[in-house]
Formats: sequence, C-alpha cells, structure tokens
Amino acid sequence: MGIRYFVNINMNTFYFIAFLSIFFSILVITAKNPVHSILYLVLTFFTFTVHYILLNAQFLAVVNFIVYMGAILVLFLYTLMLINLNKDSEPVKSNMVKIAAVLGGGCLLVVLVGCLKQVGVADPVLLKDPGLGLVQNLGKVLFNEFLLPFEISSLLLLSAMVGAVLLATKDPKPKSV
Amino acid sequence: MELGDIIIKFILVVIIFAISLVVAMYSTYAERKIAAFFQDRIGPNRAGPWGLLQPLCDGAKMFLKEEIIPTNASAFLFIAGPSLAILTACLGSAVIPWGQNIQIGSRVVELQVADINVGVLYIFGVVSLGVYGVMIGGWASNNKYSLLGAIRAASQNISYEISMGLSIIALLMLTGTLSLRELAAQQHDWHWNVLRQPLGFLLFIVCAFAETNRTPFDLPECETELVGGYHTEYSSMKLGFYLFAEYINMFISSAVMATLYWGGYNYPGMDWVLVHTGPTIGPLIGVAVLFAKIFLFIFFFMWVRWTIPRFRYDQLMDLGWKVLIPLAIANIVLTGLISNYL
Repeated sequence: MGIRYFVNINMNTFYFIAFLSIFFSILVITAKNPVHSILYLVLTFFTFTVHYILLNAQFLAVVNFIVYMGAILVLFLYTLMLINLNKDSEPVKSNMVKIAAVLGGGCLLVVLVGCLKQVGVADPVLLKDPGLGLVQNLGKVLFNEFLLPFEISSLLLLSAMVGAVLLATKDPKPKSV
Repeated sequence: MELGDIIIKFILVVIIFAISLVVAMYSTYAERKIAAFFQDRIGPNRAGPWGLLQPLCDGAKMFLKEEIIPTNASAFLFIAGPSLAILTACLGSAVIPWGQNIQIGSRVVELQVADINVGVLYIFGVVSLGVYGVMIGGWASNNKYSLLGAIRAASQNISYEISMGLSIIALLMLTGTLSLRELAAQQHDWHWNVLRQPLGFLLFIVCAFAETNRTPFDLPECETELVGGYHTEYSSMKLGFYLFAEYINMFISSAVMATLYWGGYNYPGMDWVLVHTGPTIGPLIGVAVLFAKIFLFIFFFMWVRWTIPRFRYDQLMDLGWKVLIPLAIANIVLTGLISNYL
C-alpha cells in the first residue's frame, strides 16, 4: 500500500513537471525579448534536472544542473547581453523566409508524429537495479563497457575546442604581398 | 520517515538558516572592525557596547530607505536578481555535515540536512547558479555600468569554476566518494585532506575567493571603474540582499573548505574526548571545532581583503586560465602518479 502510494505521488509529480517543461519551452520560443527567452530556457533545464531526479539518476541530474544551467546558459546570456538587441536594428525577414521556415518546421513535425506512432505504450519503468544511476555504477559502466566511445567523445570535444581557439585567434603576422 | 524525523529535520533547517543569517550579519560587523584594526582606526563603537548592535542598525536602515526601481528597468527581473542571489547563497548549507551523530534523550540525530551521495557536486551546482542573481540584476538595471559588472561576473565565474572543478577532482581521486558526510568521516582525528592535497587546497581557496567575488577578485563591483558594478542602481533592502548574499556565500564556502580539506568537525584526540564527555556533549564539541575553523576562514577572507589590492581584468583572466588550470591539471597527474606508484 505504501509503495503504491509513493508511485502515485511520483506519477503526479512527473505529469506536473512534464507540463512545466513543455510550458516553459513554449515560452522560450514565444518570448519577445531574447534575454527573457534564455531565462525561460534556464527554467526548462531545471525541470529536466527534476526529471532526472525522479528517474533516480542523481549524477546525471547534478551534471545537467552544473553544465547546462551553470555554464552553457550563462555563456548564452553573456553573449546576448553583449549584442545590441534594439528592435529597430533587427533585420526584418522577408515573407519567403517565413514560409520556408513554416514548411521546414512542418516537415519535422510530420516526421516526429510518424516516428511516435510506431512506438507502443511502454510498461511503467521498473528499474531492476534502483542504484543504476548512481555515480559508482555509472563510472563502472563508462570505464569498462563503454571505454572506447567515452574516450573518443572526449577527443571530439578536444578537437572542437582547439578549432574554436584557432578560429578566434587573429593572424598576428601581416599578410605578405 | 516518521513524523518525528521530519520535525527534527525541520528544526535543523531552521537552526542552520538562522545561524547562517546571524553569522552573515555579524560578519559585516567583523569586517568593519577588522578593517579598522588593519588601518589603525577604532571602527563602529556607538551602537551598543563595542558597537555590537551596529548590524541591527544597518539592517533597520536598509529596510527603511526609499526603494527605487529605475523607470526603464524590467521590474520583475530587477526584483528577481537579489532574491535569486540570496536564495542560492542559502541553498548550499543543506549538504554540509555539521557534526557527528548526536544523542538527544533516546534519539540519535544526524547533524546534516540531506546526505545525498553527490554532495560535492551539489555544492558545485549551487555555486555555479549563484552568478544568475548578479547577471539578472545587472542586466535588468538597464545601466551600462551594471551590465559591465554583470558580464564581468559571468566570465569570472565560468573561468574559475573550471579550475575549482579540476582541483576537486584530485581530491576525489584520493577519497573515492562524492558524499560530504563520508568525506568528513574519512578525515577522522588528524587525517585531514589538506595534508595530502596542499596544492589542491591552495587552488580551491583562490577559486573560492573568485566565486564569492571577494577582493582581490571583486571586479564585478569594482567601484573605481564601474561606480558600484552590478548593484549600481539598487537601493534599500534589495541592495542589502546582494551585500548579505556575499557574506552568506563567504560563510558557506568557509564551511565547505573546512569540510573538504581541514577535517570538518574532526580534531586530534576526538575519540578520547568523545569517550569522556558522552554522546551528547562530545559531538557538540566537534560542531564548535568546525565553527572555529569556519571563523578562521572568514577572518582569512577579510585579512586578504585589506591586504591585497584588486587585480586588473587581464591579470584576473591570465591567472585563471594560464596559471590555475595548468596547475590543477598537473595536480591531478601528480596525485594519480603518487597514489598508484607510492
């Protein structure tokens, strides 16, 4: 009885948080002010963190919190604050571009709906091992089973970083004639 | 969880909250007294004996001052900024183990609000969230100086977070746990982590100064260049919240440093004391030891403030990216080599 009650609370929490996720992500694209839109994105990512906690993936939750909310979105906000966001200086998009965007988005929607129709209703997730998302287990899986992909993805990130630095540095030498 | 446990947790939360506020309040007094001492002055001495009521007077003044919201500021975010700053400052205290389990009557009480097994990362997350208060407030003020302060805060916070994380990694390689409770328990008696990670602690304390925006890293509110930095437009209690958040941050980061590196509530000869004083008084002595360490760190924060002048902005970035990060990575490699081959 007690466990059933707990599961019910979890389901209700899930639906509430899922509603908040969708609500805030809609606000992200409808907000007129880009800075407001980033702040809604922060809230959206916060609801994702709560989702991870509900799934008992504490490590993923905290890392999502630190990396996305604490670093990446701060940098987004930082960049936006430096850009001049006056309404007058914004380029007005032509109607052709708008129509193309609607068509592109619509195609994506059709594909998504098509994919989701294939998916059957899953059984409620019952973890065989509730400690699966804890740091220790995650580390063991990452460094044994998935060692190669893990290391390769780190190389990928490193190359992206080197590339960014290369793009950002100006050529110190004047071009020879 | 029984009802009794919930009530005890609730009482613990209220006590910790009250203590952090009182400590922050009297840190302002201590700061002024210490500044006076360093500059050969007397400091506040009018309100109450030795000026002890000064923080209360300051608080009353903050509440009674006129509240101004600039005409072109975005009002909601202008209020949200300082609220967020003080909220994130208070969140950090939840995972700090304040002492060993204490016996009150027949009940054994844990002196920690939440023992989550990613406690170190939780602290880290709360710290990284702290910059939003400054950024939102600085942007919402619609003032160029505030905006510059906010942008400085963001870049400084991000830069020093990296070396902070790297310095913690070296510590975690030795301890093998992310739970602050276990971390504190491992440093039993005199086995403090600072003895095994002296370089890591040095890096961590420098980053802690940068993350709490204390001198020499207080460029976001650099008054020689930016009027008041991110809080230029703020007045009344909203300004008070920003200033207060800084002192709470100082208290919490001192507690974190004491727990991670200086043994937390542990002290040499604690077992002997525990046997001779019993399970109620013994842990309380540990709590007192932890607070003594915290107050020493707070004093250190203030000592540095009145000793070292502020960095220039390029010096700040050079220190973060070209000195601290390479040192932190070298520390990780060294720790790995030593723990494997010695």
